[in-house]
Amino acid sequence: MVIEIYLDHAATTYVRKEVKEVMDRYFSEEFGNPGSFHTIGLRAKEAVNSARETVRKLIGAKRAEEIIFTGSGTESINLAIKGFCRANKTKGNHIITCKIEHEAVLETCAYLEKYEGFEVTYLDVDRSGRVSVEDLKSAIKDNTILISIMYANNEVGTIEPIHELVKAAKSVKKEVIFHTDACQAGGALDIHLEHLGVDMMTLNGSKIYGPKGIGMLYLKSGVKIHPIIHGGGQEFRLRSGTENVSFIVGFAKALELAQEEREQENKRLIQLREMLVEGIKERVPKVFLNGHPQERLSNNANITILDVEGEAMMLYLNEYGICTSSGSACTSQSLDPSHVILAMGLPYEAAHGTLRFTLGKRTTEKEIQKVLDVLPVVVESLRKISPVNLTVEEVIN
Amino acid sequence: MEGEIEIQIEEAGLSSSTSEHGTLGQGVGNTLVGNTHEEKAHQGTSDHNATAGDVSASNKSWFYTDIVKEHFFNPRNLFKTKEEADTYFSDGMGFVGSPACGDMMKIWIQVKDDRIKECKWQTFGCASAIASTSMMSVMITENEGMVLEEAMHLKPQDIVKRLGDLPARKFHCSVLGDKALRAAINDYYAKHGHQEKVIEEKHRMIDHIAKVTDHDIEEAVLEGATTFEAVQKKTKVGVANKQCIPEVEQLIKFYKEKYYGSE
Repeated sequence: MVIEIYLDHAATTYVRKEVKEVMDRYFSEEFGNPGSFHTIGLRAKEAVNSARETVRKLIGAKRAEEIIFTGSGTESINLAIKGFCRANKTKGNHIITCKIEHEAVLETCAYLEKYEGFEVTYLDVDRSGRVSVEDLKSAIKDNTILISIMYANNEVGTIEPIHELVKAAKSVKKEVIFHTDACQAGGALDIHLEHLGVDMMTLNGSKIYGPKGIGMLYLKSGVKIHPIIHGGGQEFRLRSGTENVSFIVGFAKALELAQEEREQENKRLIQLREMLVEGIKERVPKVFLNGHPQERLSNNANITILDVEGEAMMLYLNEYGICTSSGSACTSQSLDPSHVILAMGLPYEAAHGTLRFTLGKRTTEKEIQKVLDVLPVVVESLRKISPVNLTVEEVIN
Repeated sequence: MEGEIEIQIEEAGLSSSTSEHGTLGQGVGNTLVGNTHEEKAHQGTSDHNATAGDVSASNKSWFYTDIVKEHFFNPRNLFKTKEEADTYFSDGMGFVGSPACGDMMKIWIQVKDDRIKECKWQTFGCASAIASTSMMSVMITENEGMVLEEAMHLKPQDIVKRLGDLPARKFHCSVLGDKALRAAINDYYAKHGHQEKVIEEKHRMIDHIAKVTDHDIEEAVLEGATTFEAVQKKTKVGVANKQCIPEVEQLIKFYKEKYYGSE
């Protein structure tokens, strides 16, 4: 048996035991529709309300109606961006986002650009993947109605200075609305609204040891949006469809535990990640870390390894049971290398040789040691057959 | 019917070429071959015992066919060392791609009596690119070596067929191999006084504004763009120059049939 070493927690996480336990009740026993008036329905409604209350407190929202459960992080982002733009198009038609957002944001913006007459500014990021406050300020125009900047990047782990960005944006234009995609941040960062200042925030279950297929949008009271899914009027008429009680309960539990354990777990993960990054640097020549050296998610190590292609490395590691992901073109549907790595100003040859390790709850020192034993051998093998011989200097200068 | 024969030859090819294991096979590669090729696993000597033995049971749920996997983990016809590559005497050398494109290949051939007697190669690329080059090196050197004329017309589909197929969007990874081979054969012809036999790769400009050639369209189709919209997204063909659109559509149809068969 190959022992599987899962280092792809940014893709998704397993559902933790405590979460699964609270979810289990809401399949066969408490199966009610929260919209029903009978006792069984009311119990389901109570479960949803109590989950909403848990989440409300965790993020510091003022009212229960500010928490809208959806079917995924992607859906929440669609609801935030499309829903807001459609409801506010008389006020303006300009959206600001940045080049390293998740596709859920980029493609939604591109759709509005193409079909609904919106104009989108995609802000550059610096070499570490950070959006500049000054760039954001100068991008705001008379017709700007929405800004959407991610809290933490899924590929390179860079944390954006959301609070500063919000403050700066509002200083230029008080009424501009700020949304943040916090899907990667839910388990690792401070998501208290008072500290962020955002008007809308997306979270989801599948990155915080909760179930897949559950998302949440925080929507500040007074911000008007249109639903994108119409029907029975659930979730304060903003997201129709019978509430997914079990997943809502699971999401709330997962978020609660993640936030509770955040600081302690971050400490542990940073230690392991440093062991991984430093270990790779020691053992494999011609490598460098992508993203911000300090302002990054505790579990993310995104590394470029020169002269070898990412997919080949990834598949090799997979043979050892080590699950990672790569920014190479060959692992993407589009056959283009990672838009994040390219936006950070790294050349194509670097993007093709990028590996992402994202650590998590089950990651142990032993597992990291195993990666450090295997990776140098894999890289050496592939370098032996590679006709490429780049230097770090020529790639990053 | 033809397919079945191909597979039989392929299996013969596999076993006859095991002794040509190159550098990749040493250490990691051998252990990675897994259960089916255990006897080969003991040929190489490994300095990396730390990881050996842990990987043999992980043959499930692999993205590619077993033949691709086999050639990826145990590529044939490699140089033993970088030094050997630097000092290798060849009759012809071909070089295509760049690391920026994600694929880059170098191929060396030795020719005797118009046949390819030996082929060595280096590839920077994904698993399918490495497996394709490896398979091609087997194909052109097996059975006394392929006649140059024939090798000049080797098609990427021939390689893909021998690999037991590649996912459609990986098809383009197999294209560089035969291009590099043609470059190596041309190099051989040029060096040995057969200038008349050199076949230049010719491309025809289709969209003069976007500077898109028929070759660019072929590449786009190979990369999985099989509708005009998809090809346009990749190449920007016809955005400014609408007159070329009918011709582009014709070309897409042609290459689609060429690489994916008629519907």
